[in-house]
Amino acid sequence: MKIGVCAKITPDADARIKVAADGQSIVLDGVKFGISDYDEYAIEEAIRTKEKHGGEIVSFTVGDASADKQLRSGALALGVDRSVLVTENPGDPLGIAKLLAAAIQKEGGFDVVFTGKSTIDQQNFQIGTMVAELLGWAHVTQVTALEFEGNQFKATRNMDAGIRQVVAGTLPAVISCEDGLNTVRYAKLPDIMKAKKKPLDSVGAGAIGGDAGAARSSVGNLAPPPARPAGRMIEGDAATAAKELVRLLRDEAKVL
Amino acid sequence: MSGILVVAEHSGGTFKATASELLGKASQLGGTVYAAVLGDAPAASLGGFGASKVFQAAGDFGTHDSGAAADALAAIIRAADPDIVIAPASYEMRDVLPRLTARFDSAMASECNGLRIDGGKLVARRPIYAGSIESDVTISARPAFATVRPNSFDKPASTGASAPVESVAWSATTPTTKVVETLKPETRGIDLATASKVVAGGRSLKSKESFDSVIRTLGEVMGAGVGASRAATDAGYADHSEQVGQTGQTVAPNLYLAIGISGAIQHLAGMRTSKVIVAINKDPEAPIFQHASYGIVGDLFEVVPALTEALKNA
Ligand SMILES: Cc1cc2nc3c(=O)[nH]c(=O)nc-3n(C[C@H](O)[C@H](O)[C@H](O)COP(=O)(O)OP(=O)(O)OC[C@H]3O[C@@H](n4cnc5c(N)ncnc54)[C@H](O)[C@@H]3O)c2cc1C
Repeated sequence: MKIGVCAKITPDADARIKVAADGQSIVLDGVKFGISDYDEYAIEEAIRTKEKHGGEIVSFTVGDASADKQLRSGALALGVDRSVLVTENPGDPLGIAKLLAAAIQKEGGFDVVFTGKSTIDQQNFQIGTMVAELLGWAHVTQVTALEFEGNQFKATRNMDAGIRQVVAGTLPAVISCEDGLNTVRYAKLPDIMKAKKKPLDSVGAGAIGGDAGAARSSVGNLAPPPARPAGRMIEGDAATAAKELVRLLRDEAKVL
Repeated sequence: MSGILVVAEHSGGTFKATASELLGKASQLGGTVYAAVLGDAPAASLGGFGASKVFQAAGDFGTHDSGAAADALAAIIRAADPDIVIAPASYEMRDVLPRLTARFDSAMASECNGLRIDGGKLVARRPIYAGSIESDVTISARPAFATVRPNSFDKPASTGASAPVESVAWSATTPTTKVVETLKPETRGIDLATASKVVAGGRSLKSKESFDSVIRTLGEVMGAGVGASRAATDAGYADHSEQVGQTGQTVAPNLYLAIGISGAIQHLAGMRTSKVIVAINKDPEAPIFQHASYGIVGDLFEVVPALTEALKNA
C-alpha cells in the first residue's frame, strides 16, 4: 500500500502557553515543540498498516523549515520512509489543507492518508476532512479501530452520545485518528541515527503546484479564559453541608 | 438573499436543544434567519425560534452518512445563499462542515462558544491550547462557517409561530461511506455533551460498583448526564465515551459536579466553561477548588449519599 500521513509540529501538550504582549500570538521562548499528539497516532497507524500490508510511508507537513528536526525524530526514526516539508505559512486551515492536498497529489498513487483528529494547538478538527474534499476522496473522522481488505476499508468511529459506528468504504480515503486507535511507539537510538540519512524534501508551494490562496480568516485577540468569580466553601458535617449545597444551588445559583 | 443559516439537528424527528439555542443566537445577531433540516422532522415548527424560512432536504440521514449530509447541505446553501452558516459542534457536523468550507472556498471557526458580527464579518470566540487560551476567529470569506459547542447560549421558548418550508433537491457527489453497524454504549442515560447538568466521578471511586452506586445514583436523582475523569475511564469504572477533558468530551452545562476529581489541566479543558462548578474532595488543596463555585471538603462516600438524600427530599 502507498500510505500518506499528515503531521503538524506544535508546542508539546505539557508546555505552559502564555499570550504575548500584543495579544495576537503566544510566547514561543522556552516552549518545546513536537509532533501534535493526535498526529502521533496517525504516524503509528501508518507504520502498523505498512507492517501488515507492506508498502511505503510518506509524511507531509506544512510548517517552518526548522520542523525537519522533529520530523526526523518523530516520524522518520519511527518508520516513515520519506518526509515532505512544505515550508509555507498559510493564514488559515483551508490554506494548509490546499498545500497538503497539492503535495499528496504531486506525489500521487496513495491508497490511504492518515491525519490526527485535530491538532493540540488550534484544535480545529478541519484539516483531514478538507484534504479529503479537495482530493475528492472518502473520509472517516475520529477513528478508533481500522481494517483494510483489498481496496475496501472498515473503520470504527466515535459519534455523539457515546455511540460508535462501523463505517465501510472504498479506498482511497482520509482517516483521521482518535485517542485509543493505537499505542504509539518510541524511537530507539539506532533508528534516530538511521533517520538522519532518510530523505526529507523541503519544498515551496510552487514545487508542488500548490496555492494556499489569500487567507480567508484570521486568528487574534488572544487572552486567558475569563476568571471565574471566587467560590465559596461549605462547612459542616456531610448531612449539613449536603443540605446547604442543595439550598444554594436551588435558591442562589438557580441551577436545580 | 443573505442572512444566517442554522443547521437544526434532530434525532429521529425530535429537534435537539442546539436547534433552538442556535436559532435564538442567530436572531440576536441580526439579519434574516434561515434553518436547514436534513431528513424527516417538523421543519415548520422552527419558525417558533425565529427562522423566517426553513430549507429541508429529503433523504435517509439517520445513518449519519456525513458525505450525504455534506451534499444535501451544499444544495441548501446554494438555495439560501446565506452570509453565515452555523451548526452545532456535534460529531456529525464536525465531520460535515470542513467539507463544505473547502467546497465553498471559505473559512470555518470550530467549536466556538461565542459569536458576534463586527464590521459585517463573523467573529467567533473559541478556546485553543486545551482551553488555556481563548481567541477570536474573524472570517472574511462568504459564507462563513462555524460550529458552536452545546450550552453556549440561552435556549428561547417557542413563540408557536410556524415558518414556510422549501424542499431542496440534492444529489450525492461525495464518495460515500456506508454505516454497517451502530454500537450503543452499555450505559445510556442523558447525553453528556448536551446535558444541562453533569455529575462526574474520578479515580477515588475505586471500583465500577461504587461508581455506579454513588455517581450514577446521584445522576439519576438529579436528572444529570454522567461524566468521568480519565483516571476513572482508564480504570474501567466508566465508559470511555464518558470521559470529560482534553482527550474526551467537552461539556459546558449549567451545573457540573466534580466528585473526587483533582482538577488536572487536561480535565479542566473539558469542563471549565460550565456555569456553576461544584467540587467535592477530601483534599482541601485539590486544584479543582480554585475553579469551583461551591466546594465541600469531605469524604465523597459520606457527602454524596447525603446529597442524594437531600435532593430526594428537596
Ligand atoms: C495527554 C493527556 C491527556 C489527558 N486527557 C485527560 C482527559 O481528557 N480527561 C481527564 O480527566 N484527564 C486527562 N488526563 C489525565 C489527567 O492528567 C489526570 O491524571 C486525571 O484527570 C486525574 O483523574 P482524577 O482526578 O480522577 O484522579 P487523581 O488526580 O488521582 O485525583 C483523585 C482525587 O480524588 C480525591 N479523593 C480521593 N479519595 C477521596 C474520597 N474518599 N473523597 C473525596 N475525594 C477523594 C483526591 O483528593 C484527589 O484530588 C490526560 C493526561 C495527559 C497526559
